[in-house]
Amino acid sequence: MSTAGDAAMVGPDADKPLLSIRNLKTHFAIGGGLLRPKGGAVRAVDDVSFDISRGEVVGLVGESGSGKTTIGRSILRLVKPTGGEVVFDGVDVAALTAAEFQPYRRRMQFIFQDPYASLDPRKSVGAIIGEALSIHRLGTRAERPGRITHLLEQVGLGADAMARYPHEFSGGQRQRIGIARALAVDPEFIVADEPVSALDVSVQAQIVNLIQDLQTSLGLTMLFVAHDLAVVEHLCDRVIVMYLGRIMEIAPKAALYSRPRHPYTKALLSAIPRVDPTIRKERILLEGDIPSPINPPSGCVFRTRCPYAIDACADVVPPRVTVGENHVSACIRTELT
Amino acid sequence: MDTQGGVLQALARQARFLTTALRRLAAGARIFQLGHRMGDPMQETEFVTMPDSGAGYPVLRVRNLKTYFDTDRGLVKSVDGVSFDIAPGETLAVVGESGSGKSVTSLSIMALLDKAHGKVVDGVMAFRSKDGRTQDLRVASEAEMRKIRGNDISMIFQEPMTSLNPVFTVGDQIAESVVLHQKLSRPAARKAAIDMLKVVGISAAEKRVDDYPHQMSGGMRQRVMVAMALSCRPTLLIADEPTTALDVTIQAQILDLMKRLQREIGMSILFITHDLGVVAEVAERVAVMYGGLIVEEGDVVSVLTRPKHPYTIGLLNSVPGARRRSGEEEGPKRLYAIPGNVPDPRNRPAGCLFAARCTHAIDACRAEMPPLLDTGGGQAARCIRWQEVAS
Repeated sequence: MSTAGDAAMVGPDADKPLLSIRNLKTHFAIGGGLLRPKGGAVRAVDDVSFDISRGEVVGLVGESGSGKTTIGRSILRLVKPTGGEVVFDGVDVAALTAAEFQPYRRRMQFIFQDPYASLDPRKSVGAIIGEALSIHRLGTRAERPGRITHLLEQVGLGADAMARYPHEFSGGQRQRIGIARALAVDPEFIVADEPVSALDVSVQAQIVNLIQDLQTSLGLTMLFVAHDLAVVEHLCDRVIVMYLGRIMEIAPKAALYSRPRHPYTKALLSAIPRVDPTIRKERILLEGDIPSPINPPSGCVFRTRCPYAIDACADVVPPRVTVGENHVSACIRTELT
Repeated sequence: MDTQGGVLQALARQARFLTTALRRLAAGARIFQLGHRMGDPMQETEFVTMPDSGAGYPVLRVRNLKTYFDTDRGLVKSVDGVSFDIAPGETLAVVGESGSGKSVTSLSIMALLDKAHGKVVDGVMAFRSKDGRTQDLRVASEAEMRKIRGNDISMIFQEPMTSLNPVFTVGDQIAESVVLHQKLSRPAARKAAIDMLKVVGISAAEKRVDDYPHQMSGGMRQRVMVAMALSCRPTLLIADEPTTALDVTIQAQILDLMKRLQREIGMSILFITHDLGVVAEVAERVAVMYGGLIVEEGDVVSVLTRPKHPYTIGLLNSVPGARRRSGEEEGPKRLYAIPGNVPDPRNRPAGCLFAARCTHAIDACRAEMPPLLDTGGGQAARCIRWQEVAS
């Protein structure tokens, strides 16, 4: 698949995208230590390309081991990509040195899944948010308390939260603190990695609404990584479906949920338990487990579990086929509807 | 100087440790007395002597179960008067959010509470075992419970990696309960383990029986847990969030497996979950818990499509996509979110526990705890305004 061709297929017709991922690869080497012989590599992300326009919210979904979290981390250089380009606002940030990348850290922020593990228990909330401001030298020392108060109010917490410590807050409130920290440096782009997965249903709704309100009012561009397809449907404009380090399908939300084209997307959507017990829908039950990313199947990585697999699926990595407006599917069996 | 300081510090630490230990012992004694005092009235004994035969009688009848924990920061009434029945072959789902008391209910039934802090202080748990005998699990001795656990009542937990022993093969772990309860020889038990692995759909069971848990995927480990739990064909399976840690496609496999084996064995299932979609998938009846109490119960279609309690309604509405399903063409711009937080279990308000978060609450709601009211069709809600709320 050619780089130029990808851009034409995945890019929405807006202006230049804020973020362009080109042939991104992130592999983790196995062994190579003192006592373990050097083995192969875990191909967590393998040749992934997509674009995100300014102001767009893109959902990245897939099961454990699909590489969705690694993509988010690779974009923000929390892990080092093995190959490919991460073009942010016209600059390939994957090629920059750490010092050159520093200004981009202010423009790109991360919201973590676990609100318990991602906040330093020894720092007050004011210090946690203030640290982000002082690292990027934003505002004077005198201005910062006012700025922190404003941020806390933005995420629905009172100014009194500033002097308190993370353990004094519930899971939902901690996630609000994590969001305030991400917003402190006025970022343009946010990677939210399963930000509501650890929360109870009623709290999850509060945080989803908060993220939605902030995204709209601040005009944020967002990559929303999640395994919960219902939350993604609610929040995102476009959805990328991953399996075993590769993209299976990219589509606008409405098209993906009403007419999924890739067999994996179909199976994934059919496996979500629906709350209405009167709906009896047909379920595509996938056999077995996701294969090992150390030694992925040849050709289409999904073929070992795909109910429609044919011999030809083992031969080539399926190219992306345009199946609708801004809608691509990596499956050679285009005759299937 | 420094050594002296160090010794003093160590002594102070010891003293602190002893004080805490003593306080905990005292707390244990207190809660024990509490249990005796509250257990005295015998008004619930009728259920213990329920007839031994007859298919219509429940496998498990829980009445007024109260489980309290004495913590350093006060008494926590985790379960505060829960009653339900499970009929033979039936699946009852208990749904609730963190801290609602759903898991403590299941641990109370299995007598697996951390006894230093938690205690069943009141109630009856009448269980009918395979041999037709009915006994109250609350007063059963530890020896009696050991005969029941794994044989008549089995349990599956959320996290298959932490509930399997990492130093024994999965075959050994399945064989253990067969040897214990069915008195099989080792070779016969090994064969039974291989058969169970086949039943739960693990391919190459003859080879896999010698695997250790870490050699298996999450989905396979949960299949092993199911094999262990069902190896003695229990009458009741308690499944505490068995698929929460699994991916949706694997969750679908495990739920299918559980339903198939339930039909084959004819067991009842107490299914504990926070996921309303899973409830719709597996349950015949539902009990919704909030703050240690059942706030609504009924058959699954009634509760999920015609909820009567404001909490159940709020919970269903906060699921993404819920309102679009109920007929609205375009999904809502914002999700419905129940305002506020769950009340502090150490300092619960008088009256209805949900009143502070409820848009329908009136003064009468805050005055006294509403009873579970019959709303017709076998459905009940703990809300004095259910007629106004539901209309």
